[in-house]
Amino acid sequence: MTDRTRELAEQVRQAGIQRTPLCIRGGGSKAFHGRNSQGEPLEMAGHAGVVSYEPTELVITARAGTPLTEIEALLAEHNQVLPFEPPHFGAGATLGGMLAAGLSGPRRPWSGSVRDAVLGVKILNGRGEPLGFGGQVMKNVAGYDVSRLMAGSLGTLGVILETSIKVLPRPAASLTLVQELDAARAARRVLDLGRQPLPLSGSLYHAGRLWLRLCGGEQGVAAARQSIGGEVVQVPVWQAVRDHALPFFQTESPLWRLSLPAAAPDPALPGDILTEWGGAQRWLVSDAAPEAIRTRVQALGGHATWFRGHPPDGAVFHPLPAPLLALHRAVKQALDPLGLFNPGRLYPEL
Amino acid sequence: MNAPAEVLLAPELRRALIADLRAALPATAVLAEAEELHPYECDGLSAYRRLPAVAVLPESVEQVQAVLRVCREHGVPVVPRGAGTGLSGGALPLSNGVLLGLARFNRILAIDPDNRIARVQPGVRNLAISEAAAVHGLYYAPDPSSQIACSIGGNVAENSGGVHCLKYGLTVHNVLGIKMLTMDGELLELGGASLDGPGYDLLALMTGSEGLLGIVIEVTVRLLPKPERTQVLLAAYASVEQAGEAVAAIIANGIIPAGLEMMDNPAIRAAEDFVHAGYPVEAEAILLCELDGTNAEVSEAIMGVRELLLQSGATEVRTATDEAQRQKFWAGRKGAFPAVGRISPDYYCMDGTIPRQHLGRVLKRIAQLSGEYGLKVANVFHAGDGNLHPLILFDANREGELERAEAFGTAILDLCVAVGGTVTGEHGIGIEKLAPMCSQFGAAELEQFHALKAAFDPAGLLNPGKAVPTLHRCAEFGRMHVQGGELRFPELPRF
Ligand SMILES: Cc1cc2nc3c(=O)[nH]c(=O)nc-3n(C[C@H](O)[C@H](O)[C@H](O)COP(=O)(O)OP(=O)(O)OC[C@H]3O[C@@H](n4cnc5c(N)ncnc54)[C@H](O)[C@@H]3O)c2cc1C
Repeated sequence: MTDRTRELAEQVRQAGIQRTPLCIRGGGSKAFHGRNSQGEPLEMAGHAGVVSYEPTELVITARAGTPLTEIEALLAEHNQVLPFEPPHFGAGATLGGMLAAGLSGPRRPWSGSVRDAVLGVKILNGRGEPLGFGGQVMKNVAGYDVSRLMAGSLGTLGVILETSIKVLPRPAASLTLVQELDAARAARRVLDLGRQPLPLSGSLYHAGRLWLRLCGGEQGVAAARQSIGGEVVQVPVWQAVRDHALPFFQTESPLWRLSLPAAAPDPALPGDILTEWGGAQRWLVSDAAPEAIRTRVQALGGHATWFRGHPPDGAVFHPLPAPLLALHRAVKQALDPLGLFNPGRLYPEL
Repeated sequence: MNAPAEVLLAPELRRALIADLRAALPATAVLAEAEELHPYECDGLSAYRRLPAVAVLPESVEQVQAVLRVCREHGVPVVPRGAGTGLSGGALPLSNGVLLGLARFNRILAIDPDNRIARVQPGVRNLAISEAAAVHGLYYAPDPSSQIACSIGGNVAENSGGVHCLKYGLTVHNVLGIKMLTMDGELLELGGASLDGPGYDLLALMTGSEGLLGIVIEVTVRLLPKPERTQVLLAAYASVEQAGEAVAAIIANGIIPAGLEMMDNPAIRAAEDFVHAGYPVEAEAILLCELDGTNAEVSEAIMGVRELLLQSGATEVRTATDEAQRQKFWAGRKGAFPAVGRISPDYYCMDGTIPRQHLGRVLKRIAQLSGEYGLKVANVFHAGDGNLHPLILFDANREGELERAEAFGTAILDLCVAVGGTVTGEHGIGIEKLAPMCSQFGAAELEQFHALKAAFDPAGLLNPGKAVPTLHRCAEFGRMHVQGGELRFPELPRF
């Protein structure tokens, strides 16, 4: 429950003087995510605590080291949730790590991503200066949106000290339906449903079965259930898919995350595939050559992340065209001129 | 007070610039005569006007690249412009610069109903996207009141909102990708048809960057299925505080309406006189609460909301019985700005956002300030998200009134910052709110913004002097806010 901004800033300034890179560490639950990075550890765990939470404002502000479980428990007391259902991937997941990783769970296409929910941040830049951007209000266009820039930056742009996140009421009713369908029919079905105004909040297809989740008011969910059909599932799969606890994910083979246009056809790559997000996020377990996967996914209008099972120094994230990479370097330079933070974690050049 | 200093190009430089632009563009795309330039002299903040050195209206990416090249060669600044409806002077020309009009980029390139996206050029009007998507039962959610006129490129540059952003988000939540040109003429694609892109979220950084980081030349937006049913309730209150409490009660009960708007008595009266919406003119405040979704969802929510409105002390709650009445309820709210325009020679629209819990306090203080400055004010706001639009009534022809209105506006914005809010919820900083930016941010944040700007545009040629004040500008404004006993900008001389 302490504010360790001063110590953290001092550590960054010292690192700057000595030109020693820093590896920012929250709970370590997503240490597998991204490339290997070397440096002195900068521990965020002690910099924790909820700074403010006013349920009727739909905003929670907490320090980066606050455990995600603590945040979710507090919200639950007030019947609220993080609408983007962030994956934990381990017991120690922190709020700062959640933002830095920028990963969202099953509800993402319908309720937005982590990045969509971020309202403000406090960070330390590479000079060890504490800076505040955005705020605690829903609408705020003063200054560039540095808060959202932090989402998915994997700690390479600054030390996230604190963040304000938009929360939502927990839906009064939630229901999961399952249906047996072949892959092509399931894909078509999901696209057709997506074009209708239904209270959908999750879709999952694997090995001949399509799960759909409905969330909302009691009557709205009941009516939608009638029109969609399928069997009601008692043990929902959503948390298991969110945290990769399903058997599908228990593999020694490389796991890829494919971000695709929802209606993109089956990439027809060797391996097993699990489709979420109405078709927009597909997990691929495959031993195919990384180049082949990337070329195919890019041709379909998406990008591929080598999520698990990559070599420590391998290319994890989809390569950027040269001019875009140059702009990334310039942005990194603007925030972290000495290149102190998590060097190489996202791309070798950053 | 806010306009950047006027610097003219030397005549021979201007001639050379025009000649180079003419060599690179079709004849009709270069405007250099005073009468051709007049339509571009201001945006929606019409108190500030000036002619650009030259205006160009390219219609292809190559032509924009040519414009940028010529500007780089001459070291001349560029001001992008969409439809010119911006309310903060973001598209105000620079007299030594080129005004880059994007109105000719007006094609809808693709509507893809399965992916629920539209790919459009930046000059396409906001409403035109929903109109084109309607055949598929889809629409583009952000709906600024200016939606018949404003361009999607301008929406991206301002991160515009609308009356439905409480539930459906702002522009940033509804744009999946853009193609942009940097000042160097480099064509970049950020995001696309999928829900995220690799690397940094530069799309978020571009959204709301007010034309300072790059030129948006194509936009991919997300489309939503049109709700099966939409219903609106109107509730009248004897006090603004009660109306504010009703808003909190609705949200505390787990209901997120599609829209939740409030108007105070002066705004109600002006709107009623203008559109005859049937508003209760004796009420101190009215709330408009729109619910949408499936039939079942709306039926369920409407009962709950009605109950809550009555419990919170509403003197009257009406439900629009049909679409015509719903439109009528909204007509008053959507026409609030022009309605106020009818009762006052000029009005000045503010755009602060506050945490909703401070609504009563802030409105009370605004009323006091209104007395102190001797200027009337009407309040309309996006109550659901705390975004206030106080409209300050004044007469620019009266000596000193514009200045007084601006000072009053600045006092309101300082108040918003003091209660933990922001100086602009959706209209942007432009030239208008440079001074209040100095109270919202410290020197280190402002410097960080400038560093980011330099990462995109090292020569500082894209819309310079807007959106982010220099530290010297803050010192000139005399805005040295003492926070926690520390004077901001201690390194700068006092004026
Ligand atoms: C009556 C009225 C009601 C309004 N209601 C709302 C409202 O409800 N919500 C709201 O958010 N706003 C509202 N506005 C403000 C305004 O309509 C929005 O800010 C709108 O997005 C501006 O779009 P535009 O095309 O007119 O942009 P312009 O005014 O032309 O430009 C705005 C800014 O964007 C930049 N720009 C424009 N196009 C590009 C491009 N292609 N690439 C890069 N930069 C570009 C310009 O340089 C400038 O800084 C209202 C305005 C009026 C007059």
